[in-house]
Amino acid sequence: MSYIVADQLIKTYGKADAAVIALGDVSFSIQTGEFVAIMGESGAGKSTLLSIMGAMNAPTGGRFLVDDIDVYGLKSEQRADFRREFLGFVFQSFHLVPYLSVLENIMLPLVTVKMSRTKKRSKAMEALSWVGLEAKAGRLPNQISGGENERVAVARAIVNDPPILLADEPTGNLDTRNSSAVMKLLQRLNRAGTTIVLVTHSPACAGCAQRLIQMSDGHLCNAVQQAEGAQALQPSA
Amino acid sequence: MKLSDIALKNLLRRKGKAVFILVGLMVAVATAVAVISYIEAMTADINHKLEKYGANILVVPRTDHLALNYGGMALGGVSFEMQEIPQEALTRIRHIKNARNIAAVGPVVLGGVTIDGQRVLLAGIDFATRQILKPWWHVLGRFPETGQIVAGSEAARVLGLSPGKAVHVKGAALAVAGILAPTGSQDDQLLFSHLGDAQQLLDKKGTVSMVEVAALCEACPIDDMVAQIGNVLPAARVMGIQQVVKGRLETLTHFRKFSYGVAAVVVLISGLVVLVTLMGSVRERTEEIGIFRAVGFRKQHVMCVVFLETLIVASLAGILGYAVGLLGAQAGLWLLADGHPVAVQVNPLLATEALAMAVGVGMAASAYPALMAARLDPNQALRAL
Repeated sequence: MSYIVADQLIKTYGKADAAVIALGDVSFSIQTGEFVAIMGESGAGKSTLLSIMGAMNAPTGGRFLVDDIDVYGLKSEQRADFRREFLGFVFQSFHLVPYLSVLENIMLPLVTVKMSRTKKRSKAMEALSWVGLEAKAGRLPNQISGGENERVAVARAIVNDPPILLADEPTGNLDTRNSSAVMKLLQRLNRAGTTIVLVTHSPACAGCAQRLIQMSDGHLCNAVQQAEGAQALQPSA
Repeated sequence: MKLSDIALKNLLRRKGKAVFILVGLMVAVATAVAVISYIEAMTADINHKLEKYGANILVVPRTDHLALNYGGMALGGVSFEMQEIPQEALTRIRHIKNARNIAAVGPVVLGGVTIDGQRVLLAGIDFATRQILKPWWHVLGRFPETGQIVAGSEAARVLGLSPGKAVHVKGAALAVAGILAPTGSQDDQLLFSHLGDAQQLLDKKGTVSMVEVAALCEACPIDDMVAQIGNVLPAARVMGIQQVVKGRLETLTHFRKFSYGVAAVVVLISGLVVLVTLMGSVRERTEEIGIFRAVGFRKQHVMCVVFLETLIVASLAGILGYAVGLLGAQAGLWLLADGHPVAVQVNPLLATEALAMAVGVGMAASAYPALMAARLDPNQALRAL
């Protein structure tokens, strides 16, 4: 049974004649532990699809299920709990809280979880060591590099051990070397059992995924099964 | 890390806005505290002064006749019988229910005497109570001992009296110990001697013509006391002299209402300042709130962060506002008290109310911005997704 199911998803913005179709009848499924890349030109509907998968943007039609849960059948507050328990987000522009330290940013998804302060800290440190930034725990986001910010964002996305990680252009603002480091992190996470959905423009990044979904004008074009254990982006790529 | 840590760190990051809200709330609290403290101090001062104001209850013999005088003008030749009050009955006044509110009981015996062919009223009083009953008296010379008198300024002028002179009343020689400085009252027309001397000279031993009672005015129920004295002295008529007290307190009440109105306007403006500032702050933090929501914060968690921020600032504003308000009230009293500064009292209840007001206004003003923050669409807030 599929873990993630998109069933005839439709998303339109605006009304009547002015309506713009962002997604038109999109259906696909993702198995547990899969690494899927979604590619397409700008305006293809990738980000809309990812926001629907992120339980933050209700579709106009269709259903979106995760682990047999109809995500948009949940109430707003239940969807917040769903995001906390099931999802980790990595954004292109990091979206770190500027006045919180690296460690505090990573602890953010744990703030509303009933857990001792020590336990939260140790989990955040564990996530931080996963991305290799233990030495920068006390720094503010503006005191570390862009690549490090993205790694902090990855650490924040995995601190609550979510089964699904959604990444929106995580290498969009990074140089090749840092892109490679981030993609390696995502591959490691995937090998550890996390289901990853990556939106990217970069064929090199998409090459790291096991499956590639192509989108155009709000529709799926084709899905390509890639080589098992796809290669991480190399610094020279 | 807790929600309160996020609130605190955001305040430290946005110091300018936090200080602006703090000052806005502090001004409101300080204004209210200053007004209330000032009025409390003024009320206490007026009450204190009224206690020194002399008699405010008068006990006179009951009569069925109407007095034929008005505004100090008397229709000469008209007199009527009046029963004197037995002096021993006065001890009952000290045993009324509100006896603790009685500051002084001053018996007065009155009678007409002739000095050098002039009719003059002799009043026998208890000089021990004069500081309470007649605090405005100033004597040129000294107060009398037994066998001496003090003359009112007008009586001294008409009779040509001065300290050291002697007058003869019914064959007894009384030395003039002093002359009263003009008081503007009927006291100016009288001669005053010790109660015992006057009773003997007027053949009124064991009786008094009237009794002046000074009641402690702060929260004293004058009307009740009048009724209680009337009950223990059924043969006497008891009157409360309340016009001055009521007049002053009424003025103070009007001032209090006006001041509370001004304070309410300041509080309202301050609430609007907090509201507008917080709304601006929420708009600035759209992305941050989007992050919170994306990582699983519920709406109530986002609201909680906004409320906690306000709670921290408002609590500080309450404490500082109370201190500033007290200083303001003290400064106001210093400037307006004509060189006789009245001390403002530290009032723990008012301090608690000031804190509650700051927190209440802050919370009320932050309710809408908090709701606005909680309702932010995380998808739109982040845009990137």
